[in-house]
Order: sequence, then C-alpha cells, then structure tokens
Amino acid sequence: MLWLGVLYLGSLAALFITSLWTVDAFGGNIERIWNLDNYRDLFTIDVYRTITARTILTAVAVTVIDALLAFPIALYMAKVASPRLQRALVIAVLTPLWASYLVKAYAWRGMFASGGPLDDLGLSPGYGLVATVVTLSYLWLPYMILPMYAGLERLPDSLLEASADLGATTRTTMRRVVLPVLFPAAVAGSIFTFSLTLGDYIAVEIVGGANQMLGNVVYDSFLTGNNLPFAAAVATIPVVVMLAYLGAVRRTGALDSL
Amino acid sequence: MKQTTRLAALAAAFTLALTGCGTSSGDDDGDSATGTEAQGGFTAPDIPMADEVGDYEDSLSVLAWPGYAEDGSTDKSVDWVTPFEEETGCQVDVKYFGTSDEAVNLMKTGQYDVVSASGDASLRLIAGGDVAPVNTDLIPNYADVWPFLKDRDWNSVGGQMYGVPHGYGANLLMYNTDVVTPAPTSWSAVFDDASSYSGKVTAYDSPIYIADAALYLMETQPDLGIKDPYALDEDQLAAAVDLLKKQREDIGEYWSDYLKEIQSFKTGDSVVGTTWQVIANLAKDEKAPVEAILPDEGATGWSDTWMVQASTESPNCAYGWMNHIISPEANAAVAEWFGEAPANEKACDLTSKGFCETYHAGDESYAEQIHYWTTPIEECLDGRTDVTCTTYQDWTQAWTEIKG
Repeated sequence: MLWLGVLYLGSLAALFITSLWTVDAFGGNIERIWNLDNYRDLFTIDVYRTITARTILTAVAVTVIDALLAFPIALYMAKVASPRLQRALVIAVLTPLWASYLVKAYAWRGMFASGGPLDDLGLSPGYGLVATVVTLSYLWLPYMILPMYAGLERLPDSLLEASADLGATTRTTMRRVVLPVLFPAAVAGSIFTFSLTLGDYIAVEIVGGANQMLGNVVYDSFLTGNNLPFAAAVATIPVVVMLAYLGAVRRTGALDSL
Repeated sequence: MKQTTRLAALAAAFTLALTGCGTSSGDDDGDSATGTEAQGGFTAPDIPMADEVGDYEDSLSVLAWPGYAEDGSTDKSVDWVTPFEEETGCQVDVKYFGTSDEAVNLMKTGQYDVVSASGDASLRLIAGGDVAPVNTDLIPNYADVWPFLKDRDWNSVGGQMYGVPHGYGANLLMYNTDVVTPAPTSWSAVFDDASSYSGKVTAYDSPIYIADAALYLMETQPDLGIKDPYALDEDQLAAAVDLLKKQREDIGEYWSDYLKEIQSFKTGDSVVGTTWQVIANLAKDEKAPVEAILPDEGATGWSDTWMVQASTESPNCAYGWMNHIISPEANAAVAEWFGEAPANEKACDLTSKGFCETYHAGDESYAEQIHYWTTPIEECLDGRTDVTCTTYQDWTQAWTEIKG
C-alpha cells in the first residue's frame, strides 16, 4: 500500500513539479527555474481551450455511445441467455481485448479509407472526429459491457418477477428496478471509457485526420517541441478533469454501492 | 559492467546538467571560457574529440532517416549495412525516425551511437552537448566530400566539424496523376489552390513546415520582405501562420510517418502534398499513380550530417560507420535509394547514368538554391540586426495553433 502511494502519487507529484520548470530554448535541456509560464500559456492561448473541449466532448460521446450499446448486450447476457451461451458471450466480449490496440485502430483506418468497405456502402465519414469516436467506442466497448453485465447479474430474477406481478409494465420495471441497479455499474464502466478516451492520442493519429487531442499536444510538446515541462502542464488537464469527474460521481453515491 | 554503465550514465547526466547551466547563461558571455562561440550566439559545450580509431567494438546503434540504413530487409538489392557488418564486425541496430525533433529527443536518451541529423537538428544537438566533435582526419573518405559541404553553419562550429556530410536534397511536391490535372508546377497547389482538392491535401507534420509557407510567401508576397524562410520576425511568422491556417481547412491529414503517407496516396485519401523522393519511389513501387516534382519557387530541403553521440560506448564502430556511409559505394547506394545528391564526389561514378545530373550533385549554385532545414533562432539568420527573429519554440507553439 505504501509502495502504491509512493509510486503512484510520487509520479503524479513529479509530473506537477516538472510542469513548473522551463527549458532552454535551443539545447532543449530542462532548467530548474520555478515559474507558472506553462500554465499561463495554457490558459491564455485559445487553441488549448479548443483542444481540451474537443477532447472532453469526444470522451463524453464515446462514453454515451458505449453505454447505449452495452446496455442491451449486458442485459441479454445477464438475464436472457442460457448459462452456456452466457459463458460464450463473456468470452466473445473479452476476445477483442487480446488483439493489439494498433491492429484494431489500423483496421478501422482501412474501413474508413476511400475505396474501403464503409466507403463502398456510402457510409464512411472519412478520417476525422467521427471516425475517432467510432474507433474509440469500438475499442473501449468491452470495458463498459463487463461492469454492466456484472451489475445486472447481481439483480435477482425474483425482483423482475415481483415487479411484473405487481402490475408494472416492462418500461416501469426497467425504470424503477433495472436502472437503479444498472446505474453504479454504468458509472464504473464510464470511468474506464471516459478516462481511456481522455488520454488517447494514437487512435486520433490514425483515423482522426488533421485533428489533435490533449494526448497529441502532450506527445508533440515532448517529442517535437522537446518541452517536457509544458507537456507535464498539459498532462495535468486530464488529471484535473478526471478528479472533477470522480468527485461528481461520488456525489451521486454510485461509488458506495460498488 | 552494469555498475560502470550506470556510473557512466550518471556522469553523462551530470555533464549535461553542467553544460545546461553553461548554455543558459550564454547571453552574458561571462562564463563561456570553455567551448567555441558559434554564429548563433550559443556556446558549444566542451566535449572531447577522438584522436585515434582503435579496435572495433561489438555493436553500433544507428539512428537514421528512413532509407538511410538499409540492410536488405526492405528490398534485397538494397543493402549497405551487411557489408559494413562483415567488414568491421560491428553488429548494427537501426532505428528510424520521422522528424528532426524526434531525432533530437532520441539522441538525448544516449542510447544511439550515430545519427543522421538534418540542419534543423544538428545545431540543437551540438548546443545540447549530445554530440561530440568529429576528427575528420580519422575518416579517409572525408577527403572526397564536395568542399562546399564542409565547414557549413549546420555541421560545424568555429571551424570544427561535428560530423560528416552525407547528402542533400529538396522536399518535393507529390500529386496523384489521375486526380490532379493539370499537373501542378507551383506550391500554390497546396496553398492558394488547395481548395480544389479540399480534404485531400497533406502536409509534413512538423513546425519546420512553416518554412515551406514562408518560402511560398517569399515569392508571392515580396513586400513581407522574407529573405530566408528560417529567419522570420513576428509579422512574417504571423503571415506564414495565416497561410497555413487557411491551408488547414483543406488538409485531410498531416504526415510524419512515411508509411502513412504512402498508404494515403495509394488509397487516394491524399492527392497532393509535400514528400521526399524516396516516398514517391516507394509509392510508385506499390502502383500508386503519383509523380513528384520540384516546383518553380524552389523548395526547402535537407543537408544531412552523420554525427556521433557524446557518450557513445562504441566510438570506433561509430567512426567506422561514418567512413563506410560516405564511401563511394555506400554513398551512391543511399543516394539512389533515398533520392538525393550524394556527398562523395566519387559516388557519382557508381550511380546509374544521369543520376547525379538529375539531382545536380556537386552543382554548387544549385545546392545554394535549396533552403536547407535550419533551426530558427533569435538572432536572424539572414543577417538582420534591427529585429529579433522567432525561435523554434515559437514555431512549435504556432504549429499547435495551426493544427487547432
């Protein structure tokens, strides 16, 4: 536990400290001079606000799409499928996680390409934000299905039957019985999909056209600009967003019932 | 062994920290007693130079532009790494990089012994203390290098060479011959006329690409007074940034990974944009309908230098490599594969007929027309003293803004 604290919080602290340093413009070596210039740039230059907004919106879109897609699948797996089929479905959901992220992202690049399968159907949006959202939704879907499935599995069938016996319509049962159980599970899943999207920079490189997200800015400031302190400052944005998100989740009480 | 490596790394880190302090206070010249003063107003850290080549070590790790260190795995007939390995016994490990910035960063890790650095990386490497001066007396083939490539701003400081010249060439304009008609002759194809192919234009994903816009403005808007695309004051940079922001609306994607560009041109997702000759060659190999030209305005380009890591553990293999790569045989092979002018005069006897004429190898006046990648610094490179110029960091920030 102590080690976890040291390694995990220690590296976060190192990140924050680095963000307060600066680099010498030419040689690119870090100068340990304390200042807030990196944060000032971050707040005063419009482009970073735009990129932050774009990243958060992408994360929200991916989370919502995954939640909508995962719900029927998880419900079917937990409540309708026979135990045998259930096992098969869990394996089917897990298998894509064994394939490399890059292979899957490049496969989507092929799908969206001009003359690719989606283009033949007239459905390809081309490389861009839409393609990024689709690709990321696909990549993170298992992380949403599994918690939802685990949550729904804990819901006893007797509750559903009781609800029906008491005269509730399917819709009412969904709203009053299933959703309250599902909510904490969906929140757990959303933490995965949201945070994974927030930090992603590879999918957008591959299918995002000319768009950039926070991850790309971090990557570019470090590798292109050779400016580690600024990269560290940019990297604190997702940390702050995630803390705010977790804080909001905590207020709903969803974390208590996990 | 492990202990020594760690100590060496520690010592290197310590030296870096020290030199870091030295460069940072280079402005007041107070403590720049060591090292040599360069034209850019920075001080080259004092790093020892080899004075003899001893027995070869076991291995050499090479950091190179794609296509600069082929071992036959891409194309069986393209191989100049294996002969080197057989001759010296140095096992070569190659890592390719996509942009100069990546090269600078990877060199800073200290894991690579030699690097093929373009002009926008070489000075940064020298100033950062990442590369050592090179004793050209220990490299027999250096004598055959065209004289106009020696002792230049981008590969030497105060008359001391920091590497061996490798070759030079221009960034070209590639287009899809099926789609782009009539064939373009000017960079306007990717700037003022880019909207004709909106969403299918591509550009090189690096802040140094701002120089391409500046070069175009040099021809089209002479009142801006741009003399050198790497010496831009604030107004000139702003004009270049505006041009690139307009171009951004028509960009499908930016490229820095050459494989990604080849694929985009093959599928038709990109139909016009900047390229290197080697990419055009590979794309044609894959039956993409493309052609690459040198537009009327001239072009930005590169003049590359092989440099050696300051903290290398294989200095002898490194010198062996530098001598091998500019030998007539290897230099000719690289030049033909990559599509650039070789640095070694004798290489032209070995290249296919007309090759050196096509690339104007050895033609000094032609070589002067290419605007070689150089790191923009505060002191204007075009000699102006009444203004300060924008630095590479300004360019980096501008580049993020351009991409939006």
